[in-house]
Amino acid sequence: MSNPIRVLIAKPGLDGHDRGAKVIARAFRDAGMEVIYTGLRQTPEQIVETAIQEDVDVIGMSILSGAHNHLFPRVMELLKEKDALDILVIGGGVIPDEDIPYLKECGIKEIFTPGTPTSDTIDFVRQHVKK
Amino acid sequence: MNDREKLKASVEQWENTTVARITSRFPERKDPFTSSSGYEIQRAYTPLDIDGFDYHEDLGLPGEYPYTRGVQPTMYRGRFWTMRQYAGFASAEESNERYKYLLQQGQTGLSVAFDLPTQIGYDSDHPLSQGEVGKVGVAIDSLADMEILFDGIPLDKVSTSMTINAPAAVLLAMYIAVAEKQGVTPDKLNGTIQNDILKEYIARGTYIFPPKPSMRLITNTFEYCSKEVPDWNTISISGYHIREAGSTAAQEIAFTIADGIAYVEAAIDAGLNVDDFAPRLSFFFNSHNDLFEEIAKFRAARRLWAKIMKERFKATNPKSMMLRFHTQTAGSMLTAQQPDNNIIRVTLQALAAVLGGTQSLHTNSRDEALALPTEDAVRIALRTQQIIAYESGAGDTIDPLAGSYYIESITNEMEKMAEDYLQRIDDLGGAVVAIEQGYIQQEIQNSAYDWQKEIEDGKRVVIGVNRFTMEEESPKGLLKVDPRVGEMQEEKIRALKEKRDNEEVESTLQALKEAAATEENLMPLILNAVKAYATLGEICGVLREVFGEYQASITI
Repeated sequence: MSNPIRVLIAKPGLDGHDRGAKVIARAFRDAGMEVIYTGLRQTPEQIVETAIQEDVDVIGMSILSGAHNHLFPRVMELLKEKDALDILVIGGGVIPDEDIPYLKECGIKEIFTPGTPTSDTIDFVRQHVKK
Repeated sequence: MNDREKLKASVEQWENTTVARITSRFPERKDPFTSSSGYEIQRAYTPLDIDGFDYHEDLGLPGEYPYTRGVQPTMYRGRFWTMRQYAGFASAEESNERYKYLLQQGQTGLSVAFDLPTQIGYDSDHPLSQGEVGKVGVAIDSLADMEILFDGIPLDKVSTSMTINAPAAVLLAMYIAVAEKQGVTPDKLNGTIQNDILKEYIARGTYIFPPKPSMRLITNTFEYCSKEVPDWNTISISGYHIREAGSTAAQEIAFTIADGIAYVEAAIDAGLNVDDFAPRLSFFFNSHNDLFEEIAKFRAARRLWAKIMKERFKATNPKSMMLRFHTQTAGSMLTAQQPDNNIIRVTLQALAAVLGGTQSLHTNSRDEALALPTEDAVRIALRTQQIIAYESGAGDTIDPLAGSYYIESITNEMEKMAEDYLQRIDDLGGAVVAIEQGYIQQEIQNSAYDWQKEIEDGKRVVIGVNRFTMEEESPKGLLKVDPRVGEMQEEKIRALKEKRDNEEVESTLQALKEAAATEENLMPLILNAVKAYATLGEICGVLREVFGEYQASITI
């Protein structure tokens, strides 16, 4: 059997709403994945550094403050600089539909908005992580 | 056979015959019915469920101990609750316009939302502020912004609530300074600072300093306001965000009251007399989906706090025992799907708050699961309160559900569940220790995860999410914050730093820094720095140097 999928759940920026981040972290863990949670107030630099150090397959970022258009693309830029674009990056939170195409262009594979069942997110990760 | 025995016999007979005949053919929708807090909801309630009920001891009369029925003797017959919509976004100029609009629409108090950099004590030009300026509230960097925010709003005529915690003392100082420029003395000011750091560690996340210096700043504001700003609510001890983070109703009041106990103890330890500061403590609760559980929650919280203040802290002023509270409807229960349905959710939640005796109320707007609310959406939310107030009759008599077997039984149940938690927290060494150990956070997370699983298993129905769903178009016309607000704020700071007397700024900051290392009350020194136009980031910066920063314990 292959190794479990490793996931970093991250809270970029100053947003303190971490209910969603913690629920999805736990759901991934219950689905057999290995989960690292960064805690609050992470800079894009810290997130990318942790992801590389921990050798994760997936970065899941949660943001409810409206700063996603600034912070998510920055994470993608840094991953590119570090030659780590093989990491699957997904996002969630209060993110208006009209912002989603831009975030996907930047390389975020999927955005999960409020009301998404955790099972959908888990299925998405399983389908997209080649292990 | 006495009355009780007779009733017991007839209930048993009813269950075994009348009910059993039906349920054998048509089972009930659920087995058992359970509240979010975990108690079982019975088929029907009778006097048997409030055994030992003592009207005077359990309820009293409105405006009298233990305040179960409400803190005022006439409640909404005298005056409706304060309709107070939480608002603020982008710049001080834009937020000022929104406040004037809301006041013109009949809102009766202001409630200021600050952006995250302001809440965490960073100026708009700080590297960590990038992308966050003006997003979840208004950006305030100095007194100059605060002057614009309240321009044309007479501060002796409105009451203003400010959702500000770690830097609450600084924003209060700015408010006092703006009032002074309007010719309004501090003793004429009405309003609230949230100033509740413990729930920031637990659930909301905008902490700066570690618990000890944070508690000191809080007791400094208690002491200062008791002398200088006597009508100011110096803290709003908040369960709202604890509930939003996923707690149950019983956990919400338990953890909020545990925080309240910690503040009272800290103030008494700092040498204050309980009756000098306790009358200005206020609370802030969530109003969630379960109509009756919420009403019971508010009533139980009032009774529990009154008893704690009287018995545990020996307060003698009745005002010290009154739990006065603001309510906001549950943001986390809004759905992004079929957003108009949120108007109905909010109506029911608002009704619970009114039937539970709130002193002020914020009703959420239908579009808030998607973005900050538009002006139209906010107006409907405000109208919802006005319809409840003026048309429904819900405020025409006080505590209308008192004496309901169900309401009294679950009021007792909620109080008991909260007391059990308070005992556990006392055993751990109080709220601060329980937070540092991650106990409270873990309890909340367990509840949040259970809630999510119930939705996914279909045990909990959310209309438009897991039942009665439909294909929808993307919502249009959401509020967008101008991305240039960050640059505009940076420019304002640059201009300010050229214009102000930088030597005076330096000397007031130095004085604050020195005092921070002593036991002195910091409020007067913060006020001096604010009046010299030191920025929020500069003031919090010197305090960071002395106090250090909080390191959260991470639990999942």
